[in-house]
Amino acid sequence: MDQDRGVVGHIRRVGRYTLDGVARLGRAVVFFARLVPGFSVVVTRLSLVVQQIYMTGVLTLVIVVVSGAFVGMILALQGYNTLVRYDAQSSLGLLVALSLVRELGPVLTALLFAGRAGSALTAEIGLMKATEQLAGMEMMAVDPLKRVVAPRFLAGWVAVPLLAAIFSAVGILAAYVVAVSDLGLDGGVFWAQMQSGVSVTNDIMGGAIKSVVFGLVISWIAVFEGYDARPTSEGVSRATTRTVVSSSLAVLGLDFIMTAFMLRGL
Amino acid sequence: MQTRTVELAVGLFVVGGLLALAMLALKVGNMPVLGSGQYYTVSAQFGNVGSLKEKAPVMLAGVKIGQVGHIGINRNTFEAVVTLEILKKYDNLPVDTSAAILTQGLLGEQFVSLDPGGSQRYLKNGDKIRITQSAIMLDKIISQLLYSKAGH
Repeated sequence: MDQDRGVVGHIRRVGRYTLDGVARLGRAVVFFARLVPGFSVVVTRLSLVVQQIYMTGVLTLVIVVVSGAFVGMILALQGYNTLVRYDAQSSLGLLVALSLVRELGPVLTALLFAGRAGSALTAEIGLMKATEQLAGMEMMAVDPLKRVVAPRFLAGWVAVPLLAAIFSAVGILAAYVVAVSDLGLDGGVFWAQMQSGVSVTNDIMGGAIKSVVFGLVISWIAVFEGYDARPTSEGVSRATTRTVVSSSLAVLGLDFIMTAFMLRGL
Repeated sequence: MQTRTVELAVGLFVVGGLLALAMLALKVGNMPVLGSGQYYTVSAQFGNVGSLKEKAPVMLAGVKIGQVGHIGINRNTFEAVVTLEILKKYDNLPVDTSAAILTQGLLGEQFVSLDPGGSQRYLKNGDKIRITQSAIMLDKIISQLLYSKAGH
């Protein structure tokens, strides 16, 4: 376009992107408000939600368990390497548990979930839109928000906290195996230090709250991007990319805010 | 995929997630909720609590019998008020029991150590421990030592 040349053109473009971004945020909020009545699908057709928990949660389980185990083992090795300099290797269990429960469990699970399940959600809904399946449902007086989007959103929201808990638990067990068999630490001390230092109300509940928020945000972004995608193959591919990028950034940004609140004791 | 298999897999997934949460709460943390009814509280005033923290152990003869509940200040005496949550099964501590803030090892965590007296009457919920010994401030002792050396 001729208008977009020169300095004025640049200013125009900045303005357009800003307006586009704000409008997209507005659409996302309106979309969420329209989605809420669809939550009744839990009562009316629970099997749809169960089916989606299988697709998003159970199929993500493998990557979460494997990553959790590796992260736990890495934390054990790295933590030991640092702690042994201060002769504090007995605190290894505490270090691993706090890192996993408070931070790494929720955040890494959320990032893995965004890549593994969030992108799939967007692509699926976007493709349904591109092939006019959603429009077809509306023709048959079936509300696609209730029939297609709400079950996927709810399933993602439920799956993330469960996956995060599994991630942390597997990580701690893997760290225990490495610490006891490889690094020669005492197993009893490992657990005792952990129990004396990890608080259920602050640390474990804090991590759980984080993962609930992450699950909500990722699922929201994923279904919105799919629903809002341009109905072409390029549009779907862009929407999928945007889901992974925006939900990863949203997770890390929200994590910073929530951590700041939690560490200051709210 | 058959519906039944899907339902089974989802059921297992949810159970696994809840089990992981339960493990985190019980095995990794120390689940204070279960024990909250098992304590009675007594308070003790100290001139200085050092770096004593809430949840620090309360020991009797080296055995943990409770934990530090709340640490505050008495507005009149300007002394630190420490509430001690002691397990109900140890309800026969004499009223003239004394409390001291000690350190595990040279630079370790601080804890409250109880030394039972000889009275026939026992501490009840809400009672006060009268005989206390403040935390030993290592840097204070070192500076006193240096000054006394310099004086000679």
